[in-house]
Amino acid sequence: MGNIVTLLFNGISEGCLIFLMASSLSVVLGLMGVVNFAHGTLFLWGGYVYAWIYNWTGNWPLSILAAVTVGFGLGILFEKIFISRVYGNMSAQIMVTLGLQIVFTELCRVFWGAQQITVARPSFLSGVSNFAGITIVHYRLFLIVVGVVVTVGGQLVLTKTRVGMIIRAGVQNSEMVDSLGINIKRYFTIVFAIAAALAGLGGALYSPLNGTLNSNMGAANQLLAFIVVVIGGMGSFIGSALGSLFLGIMVAVIGWVLPDISLVAPVLMMALVLIFKPKGLFGLAVRK
Amino acid sequence: MSLLKVKDLVSYIGLFTILQGVDVEIQQGEAIAILGRNGAGKTTFLRTLMGLVKTRSGSIELDGVSLVGTPTHKIAHMGIGYCPEDYGVFDSLSIEENLLLAKHKDDDATAERIEYVLELFPDLKLAYKRMARTLSGGQRQMLSVGRALVNENKLILIDEPSKGLAPVVIEKMALALKEISKKSTIVLVEQNFNMACAVTDRYYMIDEGRTVHNGQICDLIDDKELQQRHLGL
Ligand SMILES: Nc1ncnc2c1ncn2[C@@H]1O[C@H](COP(=O)(O)OP(=O)(O)OP(=O)(O)O)[C@@H](O)[C@H]1O
Ligand SMILES: [Mg+2]
Repeated sequence: MGNIVTLLFNGISEGCLIFLMASSLSVVLGLMGVVNFAHGTLFLWGGYVYAWIYNWTGNWPLSILAAVTVGFGLGILFEKIFISRVYGNMSAQIMVTLGLQIVFTELCRVFWGAQQITVARPSFLSGVSNFAGITIVHYRLFLIVVGVVVTVGGQLVLTKTRVGMIIRAGVQNSEMVDSLGINIKRYFTIVFAIAAALAGLGGALYSPLNGTLNSNMGAANQLLAFIVVVIGGMGSFIGSALGSLFLGIMVAVIGWVLPDISLVAPVLMMALVLIFKPKGLFGLAVRK
Repeated sequence: MSLLKVKDLVSYIGLFTILQGVDVEIQQGEAIAILGRNGAGKTTFLRTLMGLVKTRSGSIELDGVSLVGTPTHKIAHMGIGYCPEDYGVFDSLSIEENLLLAKHKDDDATAERIEYVLELFPDLKLAYKRMARTLSGGQRQMLSVGRALVNENKLILIDEPSKGLAPVVIEKMALALKEISKKSTIVLVEQNFNMACAVTDRYYMIDEGRTVHNGQICDLIDDKELQQRHLGL
């Protein structure tokens, strides 16, 4: 019993981490129609910037802030200079975002080396509690709190503010938003930058969970995020929250029951969803 | 001076030249119909006015100001309300949010115009807080037209409001548009002749991307030969 609860707990915390990547990927896809293959790179940069600043200063809030800021800045750079030129052109988008992924992953290796680096959790989050046979890793609890805050905050912005209204409308029909007199392109930049900042935050929170960083972690986590987008339904914020939880828990459970297939399990899961519910498990319930 | 003056308009999508010479002139307060068979270029004409389709040559002037090359959102602020063929209603927004999203100003006049829209279309008032995805086709059309009335627009473009609607709903819509035309200048794309006759005074006929004919709509009613030739009726 305790084992199962611990497993669920771990799965949920992994899900919260994936959610940071997946929700932002999904909103960018829904609003701008851009499949952003450079999203994992932003995650990677978030992770490295965090580790670099943390190992250097030991100042945790500063390190998180730096990672988020770098993500945000790179997001503006990517959107303004590259992606804004290829809206509506799917094949050009794939080339541009893949190109950015390759270049910025290489740049990461140039700056921080190809070797694995290590980074510790801040001391106030590094404890473990036990009660009733359940093991609670404090850092994982913290990830869940972050996931809940981002979900609730994101949902409030989407449903209660004018910006949120514009994003919801733009996900369905950005041309019509434009026709109503709203400069939707400006929102594209800001949404892309916020999405990039969330990816950066994801990387910053992931590295101390893992303890080590290497330059492949961006691509690996991006794959999981893409799988969530497919499972959760494209462009759906709540869908990606549910999809992330689902994936996190399934991966944890499968990893325990059938460790041999735990690496391919997410891909298998996505294949099953695509076969039986091509619009995503939650997409239909949340969006039309 | 005419409110809208379009001269020799040529517009294109990718490699295709779609409009190949459209001339239209509308006076303030008029309601005109754009007629033409399927694929003639009626929708493309409205989309070119909105800056959603690119102009290659020719001119578009609203109140003497050129619209060519102006971004779509600025054209909307210059006073054009657009109701596209598929209504352009946002499903995941409530009726209220759909109307509020269109607001250019937060003043009393705008609030009054929204009141007017809800009087004109009581269906929208009843469903005000509901998500637009629950609306019927006719109600979507009402919302689309209502949204174009939220601002003090000089010109309202409506693309085939009769499409896919039941005859009674078309009649109701025609009455509403007639009412709206008392205050606004309207460009109505229509294939439904009754709707066009009920709402507009003059027509322009587009065929293969060109304006080929124009005149009083009442004259067209009897001209079976012209109808046959350009509308395929
Ligand atoms: N995106 C596009 N790419 C290429 N050709 C297009 C595109 N959109 C429209 N066309 C072509 O432009 C022509 C005019 O289309 P448009 O939609 O303006 O016609 P319409 O008069 O509105 O027709 P309908 O009455 O069926 O709505 C058609 O021949 C159509 O095939
Ligand atoms: Mg059309």
